[in-house]
Amino acid sequence: MTGAGMADTGVALRLTDVVKEYTGGVFALRGVSIDLRRGEQVAVVGPSGSGKTTMLTILGTLERPTAGGVFVAGHDAVKATDRELAGVRAHEIGFVFQGFHLQEVMTALDNVATGMLYTGAPAHERREAAKIALDRVGLGHRLTHRPGELSGGERQRVAIARALIKGPSIVLADEPTGNLDSKSGAGVLDLLHGLAAEGATLGLITHDSNVAESFPRRIQMRDGEIVADERQ
Amino acid sequence: MSVAVPRPATAPDEPRERDVARISLRELLAVAALGLRSRRLRASLSALGIAIGIGAMVAVVGISASSQADLLATIDRLGTNLLTVAPGTAFLGQSESLPNTAVPMIKHMGAVQQAAAVYSVSGATVRRTAYVPAEQTGGIGVDAADTNVPSALGGDMASGHFLNAATENYPTVVLGAGAAQTLQIPAATGHIQVFLGGTWFTVVGILNPLILAPDLDHTALIGLPVAERLFKVQNSPSTIFVRANVDRVQNVSNLLAPTADPQTPDGVQVSRPSDSLEARAAAKTQFTTLLLALGAVALLVGGIGIANIMVISVLERRGEIGLRRALGATRRHISSQFLMESALLATLGGVAGLIFGAVATFVYSVAQNQPMVVPLYAVIAGPAAGLLIGAVAGLYPAAKAARLSPTEALRAS
Repeated sequence: MTGAGMADTGVALRLTDVVKEYTGGVFALRGVSIDLRRGEQVAVVGPSGSGKTTMLTILGTLERPTAGGVFVAGHDAVKATDRELAGVRAHEIGFVFQGFHLQEVMTALDNVATGMLYTGAPAHERREAAKIALDRVGLGHRLTHRPGELSGGERQRVAIARALIKGPSIVLADEPTGNLDSKSGAGVLDLLHGLAAEGATLGLITHDSNVAESFPRRIQMRDGEIVADERQ
Repeated sequence: MSVAVPRPATAPDEPRERDVARISLRELLAVAALGLRSRRLRASLSALGIAIGIGAMVAVVGISASSQADLLATIDRLGTNLLTVAPGTAFLGQSESLPNTAVPMIKHMGAVQQAAAVYSVSGATVRRTAYVPAEQTGGIGVDAADTNVPSALGGDMASGHFLNAATENYPTVVLGAGAAQTLQIPAATGHIQVFLGGTWFTVVGILNPLILAPDLDHTALIGLPVAERLFKVQNSPSTIFVRANVDRVQNVSNLLAPTADPQTPDGVQVSRPSDSLEARAAAKTQFTTLLLALGAVALLVGGIGIANIMVISVLERRGEIGLRRALGATRRHISSQFLMESALLATLGGVAGLIFGAVATFVYSVAQNQPMVVPLYAVIAGPAAGLLIGAVAGLYPAAKAARLSPTEALRAS
């Protein structure tokens, strides 16, 4: 994990004074600085339009800031090329979205195997890993089911399996329980906390205070700024 | 850009070595194929445009190649060693005539296998009855013929038999295929007579069309002895058909004029009928150029259809594109995926078109009783043209897909 000559500092994600301005003069982020240490579990809460999704996509290197510094898993995400950032996403970051983004024509197993598609791993290796990942989320008996044959909670667990298949050091989740009933939601949260317990850094967006309560660190956002950063 | 903020006490983690996004070409092709498989109906409909264009072109090329092959096979079967000798036009425009020694002289040439002559019977007409006015000849000429004319020409009988040593002395006639049709005589039964130059002649045979001597198709052939007796025909051939040894055709051709008429060799015309057939075979290919151009227009339309479908596909699949980017796909991976999808689609269209075209050629060949030929270049060019069109049609949609911002793409769905 450490580069030559540098100490292992334990910072997985860092934003320094990040500004994000969209065309038309809309500021989504107005100078945000945070550090997320490796293995840390952080919930980001705030009303819609507060900039939490923008922050997550910048942390996930899907978007570049207008100004400021972004460091993700040791990479300077501002200077990095598109190819380098894609490499970071392929190997280090697992995303979980509110809409599950599963391919309807593919089985659960193949959907999960897609999670490693861009790592260069051969197909048989990916399918093996997908089996393990589906077992891990409790869907070992649903390998050949298609998304249409699964419940909402099961679909989100397939999506989580797709995110964890490559053993990411960072997991970013945007309202992962937003479309689920409370029982399925609790199951999904347990899974994500379990991942973090194994050392992955977890950043999760929610507007559900009950969900946020289960996190040791909570960041509150409003109007593109961090207004509170609480630790238990 | 570094910003003027106080450096944190600790620096972020160093990067790992293995962090490169990659996917093999085979996997990318599988992803593209999946994209098509999940939209089968749409994919097949948009490939249909290409299939029709390429099918039309393959059929045009195949059918023309088949009929050309048929013509060349006919030439082969009839032989390229036939030469014709006819009197030419003399210096001052009056027509020459061949001396009556021409046929025996030619027969004596070393490389000549056989020689057969026809002699024009001027002033005679052929009619079904004497009540048909003499002017209504139906364009049928009357010639006297040696008994070996069909064998020299590679001709065969549709009905009856040709003139022989017995019948050539009597008023019997053999009709060319066209002449029989004009006179509405379907078969030589031995009971049918025609009114030829004031005498009733019995129809003893009808020839099949003579490909190497189409002039004779519209001619009624009678024996030379009877022609000399009834119509005072001079023993001066109007055409001599000569079969030469295959490897010495050119030699024979050069010597024919001085042999036929040693006194005025310039007044003798020698030609090789297979030459004009070969020219006709070559001319057929020029006609196909126009049809190929029409096929190219169909292909252009098909290509635009594919580009259109791919653009719509990119818009509909923004969610998928966003997800793939989140999973680590580079812009290049995304553009390659859509480019391959487009190229694969059009190549499949090209293969389907090749099959359509081959089937059309087969059906045509069977109906025309011709050999079936689909040239190798068409077999390769059909799918290759599809690939090329698909790649070009996919350029813009692929670039559009790669340009999509992943966050916008994810938000859109």
